[in-house]
Amino acid sequence: METTIRPEDVLNRAETLRNNLSSGFRDEVVKSLYSEAERIARRAVKTAAQKKYDLDQKIDRLVTSPLTGLPIMLGLLAIVIWLTVSGANVVSEMIAALLFGFGDWARSIFVSLNVPWWITGFLWDGVYRGLAWVVSVMLPPMAIFFPAFTILEDLGYLPRVAFNLDWLFKKAGAHGKQALTMTMGFGCNAAGVIATRVIDSPRERLIAILTNNFVPCNGRFPTLIMLATVFVAAGFGGFTSSIIAAATVVGVVLIGIAFTFLMSWLLSRTLLKGEASAFTLELPPYRRPNIARILYTSLIDRTIFVLWRAMQTAAPAGALIWVLANVPVGTSNLAAVIASWLNPFGLLLGLDGVILLSYIIAIPANEIVVPTMMMMYTGAGMMIDAPSSAEAIRSLLVGQHGWTLLTAINLMLFALLHNPCATTILTIYKETKSLKWATISVVITLGTAILVTFLTATIARLVGWV
Amino acid sequence: MTSTKIALPTEHCETCPAYAQLEQMGIKIGDFDRVVALAGNPNTGKSTLFNALTGLKQHTGNWPGKTVTRAEGGYQFNGVKYKLVDLPGTYSLLSASQDEEVARDFILFGQPDCTIVVTDATALERNLNLVMQVLEITDKVVVAVNLMDEARRKGLEVDTRSLSRDLGVPAVPLSARTGEGIATLLSTVAEVIEGKITTQPLRVEGTPEFQKAVRELVPMIEQLAPGIPNARWLAIRLLDGDARVQKTLLSGELSEIVARQRTSDVQFSRKMSVEGRQ
Repeated sequence: METTIRPEDVLNRAETLRNNLSSGFRDEVVKSLYSEAERIARRAVKTAAQKKYDLDQKIDRLVTSPLTGLPIMLGLLAIVIWLTVSGANVVSEMIAALLFGFGDWARSIFVSLNVPWWITGFLWDGVYRGLAWVVSVMLPPMAIFFPAFTILEDLGYLPRVAFNLDWLFKKAGAHGKQALTMTMGFGCNAAGVIATRVIDSPRERLIAILTNNFVPCNGRFPTLIMLATVFVAAGFGGFTSSIIAAATVVGVVLIGIAFTFLMSWLLSRTLLKGEASAFTLELPPYRRPNIARILYTSLIDRTIFVLWRAMQTAAPAGALIWVLANVPVGTSNLAAVIASWLNPFGLLLGLDGVILLSYIIAIPANEIVVPTMMMMYTGAGMMIDAPSSAEAIRSLLVGQHGWTLLTAINLMLFALLHNPCATTILTIYKETKSLKWATISVVITLGTAILVTFLTATIARLVGWV
Repeated sequence: MTSTKIALPTEHCETCPAYAQLEQMGIKIGDFDRVVALAGNPNTGKSTLFNALTGLKQHTGNWPGKTVTRAEGGYQFNGVKYKLVDLPGTYSLLSASQDEEVARDFILFGQPDCTIVVTDATALERNLNLVMQVLEITDKVVVAVNLMDEARRKGLEVDTRSLSRDLGVPAVPLSARTGEGIATLLSTVAEVIEGKITTQPLRVEGTPEFQKAVRELVPMIEQLAPGIPNARWLAIRLLDGDARVQKTLLSGELSEIVARQRTSDVQFSRKMSVEGRQ
């Protein structure tokens, strides 16, 4: 007969045995492990005459120096964003013209075939326009940003970023590897949250998770790019305009990074008290990126994947907007009624009711706020041609809907700071296994977004700027 | 994903078993004959090798820590179907972070038929620490000395024969990026699994009294968690006073960890590697 054994028994026995062993027995084993490794490696590896200089080291001296490291980092960020902005503009307008042109043509065929107005409206003014907006606004920036970002990743630049930003994260009471997870967030915040597994301290990992959303993901870049191009850079000529638009987006990204540090600092002094822990991070050698593979993974895997996800939300969102805009309420319609009801709060934040309603409709994938908003403004089903050029968009928003520069800037800030998308919230829940932290991640970000936009709007009004 | 046949370059001679065909099976790994794990320090090219063998597109990146979850794929070599498990990089088996825990748990309790420890030829000494830790817990190990092309560029020459002799397990030179050495690696893995190559892993055993203590604890642990692989490793950890292992034992999580290693992560891997959410 076998007696059952309890875990405590095993632990107690181990304890007794350990106390009987001569002290430092394990140190001896570890020491011999290391010396054995050294001996074996020395026997197996032959070093040819040292090369006169090492290119990697030379580059690293420049890229990680306290003097030139940060400017180089900023420069690379600016170049990637400028490439994205200037490349995406032209393509976006072309795609928009093509897609909306096709939509109008298809619509006219439906009309000439005497298809009931509500079928035509629902399909072409609702679902189709929702999709067309998402594709034309989101596809081009993603198709440029993702590959450019991946090239830097494959070169081996990311660990250098972590090296350069380490002191800042340390000051904020956060883990230096948060630089890596933050950078991953530029691609996708959900991926950034999963990447926090590399951080071994649970406290610092939570900080990295809760603040990841403050860097704009690929889904949100198009919003920033469109607003910066259409409003901030409006009125400047071609090249200057793209520089100003890129500078604006870089500015917004830097604000996001500043909030990452600020919030990490606040968290590590309140909810998640503690000191930053030490860690080691290898700086891998620079490697030549495999361009074919990068194009494949960044275009097929990432861009199409993110776009597909946005389209899945955009189609029902487009349908919903069309329905809301076509349910009559007195002399008005449901969309207008809700928007005017939300309007006072919207104005308080320097936004308006339509923007808030779009934000609410787009909650499942809030990167489609701008397409949703454009659908609302163009009044689905009201026979207004969809504006495809920057000029047309500006005259629609400024001329007919009272937008100011403040509206554009506050919408950018709102898009930067507001709560994570549904996928990211779900990922946070899965990674933390806690409803509490998932909720906190929403409260912190949405709270920051509301507070910041309220402050900028109030200040702008006080100084008589708008 | 359709499976592709890849004719491997013939290395050495035409009579060697490497003169065979590799068939990438992607995620079609419904029934497999063998399980092979890819372990190693971070950023040594495990995912690159994984992609080359399975034809999958697990995202890779030039920074330590890119892979944080376990990805699974399949390949067929000489008619045998292998399930390949790509693990996050880890410097040691005593690790603390979540990603390293994923790797450690699988190497320890996943009972792979063979573990390929992928090492960086340009930093061999540091990489050998993990190799030797893995050798402490299993005989079925093949050491892949990866990044040979990079080592050559740096003027380093790695003698894998000397390495094999010292470690007691086969060491194979490899450049996963270019595909150089893959055929030899696969045939070596097959031979180790079949027992055609007998390994005599180098072990740092410690003092006789320590060995005696380990021998006393092992049956107790096996009784506590029947069917547990690597009771020896757990015994050593307990003698070392490892608080995490103590906690795992007390909370009864151990059997759960062992069970979890056997459930397939295919659904998740498909998401990670095909849709590319990393």
